[in-house]
Amino acid sequence: MSKTRRIEILVGAFIAAGLVALFFLAMQVSNLGSLNGGDAYRVLARFDNIGGLKVRSPVTMAGVEVGRVSDIYYDEKDFRAVAVLGIYSQFDEIPDDTFAKILTAGLLGEQYVGLDPGGSEQFLVEGSEIAITQSALVLEEVIGQFIFSKAQEGAQ
Amino acid sequence: MEWLAALGRAGLSFSAGLGRANLLLLASLRGLADLIWRPRLLFEQLYSIGVLTVLIIAVSGVFVGMVLGLQGYYILSRFGAEATLGVMVAASLVRELGPVVTALLFAGRAGSAMAAEIGLMKATEQLSGLEMMAVNPEHRVLTPRLIAGILSMPLLAALFSMLGVYGGWFVGVGLLGVDDGTYWAQMQSQIDWSGDVLNGVYKSLVFGIVCTWIAVFQGYDCDPTAEGVSRATTRTVVHSSLAVLGLDFVLTALMFN
Amino acid sequence: MSPKPPPSDTLVRIRGLSFSRGTRLIFDGIDMDIPRGGVTAIMGPSGTGKTTLLKLIGGQLKPDAGSIEVDGQAVHRLAKSALYDLRMRMGMLFQSGALLTDLSVFDNVAFPLREHTRLSPSMIRKLVLLKLEAVGLRGAQGLMPNELSGGMARRVALARAIALDPMMIMYDEPFAGQDPISMGVVVQMIRRLNDAARISSILVSHDVKETSAIADLVYVISDGKVIESGTPQDLAEHGREWTQQFMRGLPDGPVPFHFPAPDLAQDLFGVSA
Repeated sequence: MSKTRRIEILVGAFIAAGLVALFFLAMQVSNLGSLNGGDAYRVLARFDNIGGLKVRSPVTMAGVEVGRVSDIYYDEKDFRAVAVLGIYSQFDEIPDDTFAKILTAGLLGEQYVGLDPGGSEQFLVEGSEIAITQSALVLEEVIGQFIFSKAQEGAQ
Repeated sequence: MEWLAALGRAGLSFSAGLGRANLLLLASLRGLADLIWRPRLLFEQLYSIGVLTVLIIAVSGVFVGMVLGLQGYYILSRFGAEATLGVMVAASLVRELGPVVTALLFAGRAGSAMAAEIGLMKATEQLSGLEMMAVNPEHRVLTPRLIAGILSMPLLAALFSMLGVYGGWFVGVGLLGVDDGTYWAQMQSQIDWSGDVLNGVYKSLVFGIVCTWIAVFQGYDCDPTAEGVSRATTRTVVHSSLAVLGLDFVLTALMFN
Repeated sequence: MSPKPPPSDTLVRIRGLSFSRGTRLIFDGIDMDIPRGGVTAIMGPSGTGKTTLLKLIGGQLKPDAGSIEVDGQAVHRLAKSALYDLRMRMGMLFQSGALLTDLSVFDNVAFPLREHTRLSPSMIRKLVLLKLEAVGLRGAQGLMPNELSGGMARRVALARAIALDPMMIMYDEPFAGQDPISMGVVVQMIRRLNDAARISSILVSHDVKETSAIADLVYVISDGKVIESGTPQDLAEHGREWTQQFMRGLPDGPVPFHFPAPDLAQDLFGVSA
């Protein structure tokens, strides 16, 4: 009897260890721990160019993550990209004239959406749209502009 | 002409084997109802398939993680991107190395043992004996092993990945001085639960089915002689490894395209 | 229980049985009647498919043609559940014993009881000890199969075969590879089980002496056919030439010493005829 008992205990320990490992992978290794599932409200932001922004890219205010990009699509009517920002519901007092811009973490890092609060008394709610946006910096365009301006300087 | 006939023979015997393997799988799955009434059989197999494989999985996981940490650091530090070491270690483990290496080790440790055990039971007439005692050997012997293998594989792969992440952490953070917070934070922001981790789990589930299926079939289908049993164990390891590597490519192409 | 028709005297009735494995014809239209309550031996040289015959009777193999009835039921036409019900009333003693290697002697004997009955553990314990006592191995109940000698393993297997009190037991080469003492034990045990417990016995063997000692009826098969049948004395004294050779173990006779081969001189020197 003690042998079957030992087997039962070891099997139980094995299953528990496996589940702990899965839990660890979920919470510690992957982004599931920071995904607040349904506790987010969705806000639209239109950009001329989203650059390298991806679904799940972070949305930050003052450097603190307040949400994640939950969807990105192209609006055929006004030829712009629409990013759906899932803002965690505890951040429910963001002014509705907030300014959204696409920034890059470091020189070659990933891109994220930075929010700069405005001064409005009205707050963003589910389905609101952020009116003022600034597109991603596309390196080629920046370099192109730089060369163009240098060339103009040279011509003068 | 002779080689054409040989090709035909090989093809025919391959299809016949595949057919027998499918019938065997069906027959064993029909034993699921019996298994519910005899969970002890499942526990015994979870022990000999799962628990006894934990050690080799754990040790390999730690070392693979440590090697990943070391190699990753040397390459990433050339680009000044040591900060993403955690991402590299975790992504390689969770997506690929965890499921694949676990399945290969599983085939070597548990699969071969399973094939040998079933083959020996056949060679010593134990399977016939069960049948003559009005006990269905497919349900009695195969079903618990199949289910235990399928359940064990994702758990083993998760253990492997977890210990690998810690192995990489030990080398990267502990020995080479990558920042602890960066290691975990980058990992968490880049590794996706459903895209990376869950797909890895699905992979290991598929590998679990395939590896156990092959082992059980090779054991059950072997010639009931000493030579037949040894051939069955060899085949189990070879076929499982090939199947895992081939399937891994297909699954990766399907999941991460 | 509804009144049953009185059981016929024939336990196993085989008619026109043919069976082949691959291209090799093993049985070619065999007829056989195995009576209830006796020890029936099926004898023949090695490789004549005696074990195959037991597997056919047990329903593990299906005949190509002909019929096999056990206790009035056509084994090869039974559905799986009916076949399993029938098998519970058949015991089979395999040549190797076929004990489950991961279970102790006690658990091996208890195995069929635990599988097929709902008896309480204490009841099972009593039954198992009684069965083990019957084969003289009650003291070995705690051993594992790999700790048993070949003869002991076979006796444990016998205890397991009689655990469910079957109507018949099939013995596959029970005397092969036994030392004289355990051979004697087995001979005596088969006879005793047959007479005391009213278990019919079918015995497959090529050990003429031991088989003759206990068999009531002997079938001699060779080349896929029944050569002759009768009591052991009959066969030994009045049997055909072939049977005589077999029963007395003469090296040459109707069964030639040489496997069919071309002329020796031709084989050795390559002289074509």
